[in-house]
Amino acid sequence: MRDHPTYPLLTPRGWLVFALVGLVLLAVPAANQWAATGSAAHLPDYLVPLIGKYCTYAMLALALDLIWGYAGILSLGHGAFFALGGYCMGMYMMRQIGTRGVYGNADLPDFMVFLNWKELPWYWQGFDMFWFAALMALVVPGILAFVVGWLTFRSRVTGVYLSIITQAMTFALLLAFFRNNMGFGGNNGLTDFKEILGFPIQAQTTRVGLYVASVIGLGLTFLICRAVVTSKLGRVCLALRDAESRVRFLGYSTTGAKLFVFTLSAVLAGLAGALYVPQVGIINPSEFSPANSIEIAIWVAVGGRGTLSGAVLGAFAVNWAKTWLTGAAPEVWLFFLGLLFVAVTLLFPKGVTGLVQQVRNRLATRAIPRQAEGD
Amino acid sequence: MARPDIPGRLAGEPDPHLYLSGVTVSFDGFRALNALSLIIEKGELRTIIGPNGAGKTTMMDVITGKTRPDEGEVFFAGEHDLTQLDEAGIANLGIGRKFQRPTVFENLTVYENLELAVKTARGTFATLKGRLTGEMRDTIERLFDTIGLAARRHEQAGALSHGQKQWLEIGMLLGQDAQLLLLDEPVAGMTDHETAATAELILRLAKERTLVVVEHDMEFVRSLGAKVTVLHEGSVLAEGNIDQVQANQRVVEVYLGR
Repeated sequence: MRDHPTYPLLTPRGWLVFALVGLVLLAVPAANQWAATGSAAHLPDYLVPLIGKYCTYAMLALALDLIWGYAGILSLGHGAFFALGGYCMGMYMMRQIGTRGVYGNADLPDFMVFLNWKELPWYWQGFDMFWFAALMALVVPGILAFVVGWLTFRSRVTGVYLSIITQAMTFALLLAFFRNNMGFGGNNGLTDFKEILGFPIQAQTTRVGLYVASVIGLGLTFLICRAVVTSKLGRVCLALRDAESRVRFLGYSTTGAKLFVFTLSAVLAGLAGALYVPQVGIINPSEFSPANSIEIAIWVAVGGRGTLSGAVLGAFAVNWAKTWLTGAAPEVWLFFLGLLFVAVTLLFPKGVTGLVQQVRNRLATRAIPRQAEGD
Repeated sequence: MARPDIPGRLAGEPDPHLYLSGVTVSFDGFRALNALSLIIEKGELRTIIGPNGAGKTTMMDVITGKTRPDEGEVFFAGEHDLTQLDEAGIANLGIGRKFQRPTVFENLTVYENLELAVKTARGTFATLKGRLTGEMRDTIERLFDTIGLAARRHEQAGALSHGQKQWLEIGMLLGQDAQLLLLDEPVAGMTDHETAATAELILRLAKERTLVVVEHDMEFVRSLGAKVTVLHEGSVLAEGNIDQVQANQRVVEVYLGR
């Protein structure tokens, strides 16, 4: 026997599912734009940014799954990377408002005029250019993750301590961004956007454009994550989740592997945030709240951590439930979320995908009598 | 890099493969190693015995970079000061370590365990781009010839028996092309049949590599027929062949208690 394993990016069946999900997601704006109003195929306008928002959440879930599900590092600060990406895009859109603001100042956003600031702070320079803002939406979360990761992984901080440090990180940013003199709009954050790349932000066609960008972003994020988890580095990550010292004694730098995955994960979270903000029209410090980051972990846990499709599924399912429940019975939502987390942890620790796998295995063993195990 | 000045060694004589001199390690006042000195020649098979708490595992920790000694010198092949390197750096010099409790990647397949072990560029980006080359596949097949387990290559390593995990771990050390192998209790928890097979494997490996075997099982130590070092309270109590060591009055006292 001389066979060896291969690691395709996706199996033929995987590509088929990938294409089908992509088509279904792209059918949403088509049904909204082209189906006649009143026909069964027509989707109401509000669904486009809503599902677009779910797509960015799914990207965020993928980012967390990469570091938690594969490398075994539970970051409870991924909301911060998402929010930082969002702020970068928000800064760009603030600069695009120009003289259309309440105070009509061509350079300063309204809140700065209100605070009596005379000129744009240095860190707002360049954000009038889309390419720069888009780049910063990736670079800023990436650098923060690299620095935090370097300091913690190098000192071999792991497990619950790392989770606490990342929670503290997002909480510190929450407090900082609340302050008016940080220059990010304080409590109110950034909002009242007028246009993005010259397109009016409120127009349904712009929303469709942003939606399509989110679907493409989700597809790309999925493929990037797949490329990492099917690489040898992906197997090193799984290995260090199991037996970190063995990985080190084999000669790998576990700090390097973790740092790479953590930084990449933060960059992907930043991309998700940058796509999120134009669709919801606002970014404020509440996005940094520690509870937000915990919620991301719940999406991944519900879907099934350690499987990329599970992360996407979990993000869509939990957020759909959130939209529905906060509308139908808002007071129940937090109890539901808590119960869901307890139920997932106790009853199906591998999430929905694990449950499906279990059922499938059971059906398979019932169909074919178990082969006697040879030694 | 300062080469060690080894007392009693003539100029021109080859450097020892592993050289420990005056190594002391204290944990909260407890001296786990107490001025331990040890010389292992290249190609030697050495067994190390000693009661619990004699410092056997701490000695392994010092050699592999897990613990920094408070005092003393540790040199590999006469030129590498191991006290200045981290675990990964030491592993890449060609020092492999098998843990007391078999430590393999339980959620990876047997094949993948070996794939990660096989010597390649270990950098993060090199690993990201790393592909299973034909050369690596040949190496892995040779490892299967040495350790068995070929039929279970696609099973998760967690499904292996205790003894099989020990072999897989030894296979991984061979995969990383370690020239100095440190085996911490390689036959713990093995059946008699597995123990005999492991002794045979170790003797085969000893023909081309340097091996340091820490073991409790006296029968097993005897079957290896190698020079024995007895550790006690963090330093060397006696050295010699198994019969000399077992006849040593101080060794008997230490083992049977006072």
